[in-house]
Amino acid sequence: MTAVEFDAVTYKYPGAARPALRSVSLSIEPGEFCVVAGLSGCGKSTLLRAAAGLAPRFFGGEIDGRVRVNGVDTRDASVAQIGQHAGTVLQDPETQVVMATVRAEIALALENRGLPRAEVARAVEETALAVGVADLLDRSTAELSGGELQRVALAAALAPRPALVLLDEPTSQLDPVAGDELIWQLRRLNQESDTAVLLVEHRLERCLAAADRVVALDDGELVCDADPQGFLRWAAKAAPRLMTPGARLFAAAGIEPLPAGVKQARATLRREGLSPAAATAEGSPAPRPAGPCALELKGVWHELRDGPVLLRNVDLKVAPGEAVALMGRNGAGKSTLLRHCAGLEEPTRGAVRSGGRVALLMQNPSDYLLHERVADEAPHAALELVSLAGLADRNPRDLSGGERQRLALAIVLAGGEAPAVIALDEPTRGMDAAAKDALAAWLLARCSAGCAVLVATHDTEFAARFAARTVLLARGRVIADGPTGATLARGRWFTTETARILGGARDALLPEDGARVIRRADAVSAASEAPA
Amino acid sequence: MRAAIAYRHRPTALHACRATVAASFGASIVLAALIAANPVVLAALLVAVCGAASLASVAREVRTAAAWTLVPLVAMTVIVNLLVSREGLTVFARLGDWAVLGQVNLTLEALVYGLVTALRIVIVVLACVLAYCTADPDELLAASRRWLPHSGLAAVLGTRMLPVLAADAARLSQAQRCRADGGATGARARLAILRATVQGALDRSLDVAAVLEMRGYGAGRRTRREHEPLSRHDIAFAAAAAAIVALALASTALASASFSVYPLIRAHFGFTALALGAATVCAALLPFLDQRGVER
Repeated sequence: MTAVEFDAVTYKYPGAARPALRSVSLSIEPGEFCVVAGLSGCGKSTLLRAAAGLAPRFFGGEIDGRVRVNGVDTRDASVAQIGQHAGTVLQDPETQVVMATVRAEIALALENRGLPRAEVARAVEETALAVGVADLLDRSTAELSGGELQRVALAAALAPRPALVLLDEPTSQLDPVAGDELIWQLRRLNQESDTAVLLVEHRLERCLAAADRVVALDDGELVCDADPQGFLRWAAKAAPRLMTPGARLFAAAGIEPLPAGVKQARATLRREGLSPAAATAEGSPAPRPAGPCALELKGVWHELRDGPVLLRNVDLKVAPGEAVALMGRNGAGKSTLLRHCAGLEEPTRGAVRSGGRVALLMQNPSDYLLHERVADEAPHAALELVSLAGLADRNPRDLSGGERQRLALAIVLAGGEAPAVIALDEPTRGMDAAAKDALAAWLLARCSAGCAVLVATHDTEFAARFAARTVLLARGRVIADGPTGATLARGRWFTTETARILGGARDALLPEDGARVIRRADAVSAASEAPA
Repeated sequence: MRAAIAYRHRPTALHACRATVAASFGASIVLAALIAANPVVLAALLVAVCGAASLASVAREVRTAAAWTLVPLVAMTVIVNLLVSREGLTVFARLGDWAVLGQVNLTLEALVYGLVTALRIVIVVLACVLAYCTADPDELLAASRRWLPHSGLAAVLGTRMLPVLAADAARLSQAQRCRADGGATGARARLAILRATVQGALDRSLDVAAVLEMRGYGAGRRTRREHEPLSRHDIAFAAAAAAIVALALASTALASASFSVYPLIRAHFGFTALALGAATVCAALLPFLDQRGVER
């Protein structure tokens, strides 16, 4: 039986001028791992909502065509009945958990199926182990981080072993290690139990190697349905923004076929004799800005009264105009450090000094929006700075995710005193490649104007594009601090796909730099083969 | 971000109880506060709820709730009663004619009645916080949905939404502090944050309801709960709850502990009232002394 089947589905949200899905026909068979690609607003999440029965049951609107999940027509079944066949994890992890403890959360779907208690207990333990949340089982869901909540929501969706798993950006809040682990856990589950997976993800480099099939949407229409390499060939011609960094690297270097993952790319380079020499593991000294500091943290500790130590003796200096990426695993202390920089937290020991105001944009830009009009949120000059002056009369809640983020930036930047430091916490969450590039360019322009920029991010590709310097945190401690090229290129997890493919050669992190490294390796190889 | 008031399992005797008993313990204090009239017994109930919160390691949560509610509740109750009550005879201030209220005379009886009512409301709020922080909502949901599936759903939405909305409000408040001007302060700023939180509450509740449905809530048969024998803590706290209500009933029934305000204050603060108060505090706090079987 087909895991999920869309038969000429057209769906329009209430009040929307255009349909979010337009005549989509698609079948996912049991055991298939299918990735849904597309730019922001193309209808990816809507596709999942339609499969889960949420559209139109929860969101309203009009639907045409049929969606069948494991043979059940979503028009004839309730969301709870569809839930017996499909496990769903939506974007916002804060609202994906409904019970007070992790154990109860994972058990809920099993208990709702009337399974015997012993079976429920066993399934909870096994799923928790598989998804890496076994140590959280007895924790309260109210005190989990975003990344932990995301894994718990996934465990709750997987526990009843559904025939189909629907996932909307399940790695958006996870660090690179946890994100890769989760994708491979999904692949294992998909291989071992024939579970079909329909996964929406912006960071395609993370999941393409695990996928059997990729479907791409554009403005609600299905524009590509192919295997990963077929998708990359299509993207190279029709939608270059959707290409993975590895594919862009190969395209820029003129190598075929475009790789769906690091292993495939390295094999191709070996076969072509183009493997560049891997980077040596030499450490590079941390740059210490001389002269005035935009921001200085000196021996900063943050120890919770009845909890763990969040920051341990952090020393950090940021010079005016410097672009710094702050990276580390979930719970490493990145957000806490940014809050200290902005003065939202007081160090329990140590001191934070800044050369002026620190404008902090926290993870959720909607938290900054209190008024009914964009113009009431920030003055005109600030709106012009973020190119939102034309939307002054709109309601902030009607803006897209990227526009909301720019408006929140305008709010924190507005005012008389220009900030000495702009700090952003996970600004690329849920952003497509185009929006990320625009944000990187905007931040670099602020750096050119003398403002220091500090960004906490899990997105290595974004860090490589924008930051000159990268600081790695682990358990509240700075464990690496140096030029982004040297710091990321030699990493195993906190690194870009280009650096993984090239083994960190010449500290190349971005596809265009990597292509130059490959061409040089090609030239060296040709010279060594030429007769003396 | 950790919610200021939320259930977390702690190694205390009250947390070792089943959720229905922990909730009944809090409910018994609420009921007693509504039954009892004598200020000595009400003061004892206040001591009991604060002591229980401390021994159940939720004193910080109760303090937070008190900080938010105490001053506005007490002030509002006392002032409103003072201005609108016409039943007292001991006038201590004559304010003349007020447009809407007419002749306003402030009486000692209205002041005392307002204070007693405020004390009662404070006890009710704190006892609710105590119950909320000590009764496992998952267990309560499982227990309630057996008989009242839709009320159970509403209850779980409520219990889940409270910490989510509290965290939302905390984040919104911090975001306002990040504004270039440091954000507005005072009642207006709080009102703006409250409005934004409430606006988001509907979306949040819809999301949580959608997730509950997706997890199959209400789709079919449910796992049968095994009958678990009552633990020593279940028995002790259930007995304490019954004793607290019985003592409150006794305080209204016994003439030697009676208390009335209007038209003139007639109060008995003698041995009976003091004994009932002391017994109430003992009944509420003694079960905490038994630490056997408390999981650390």
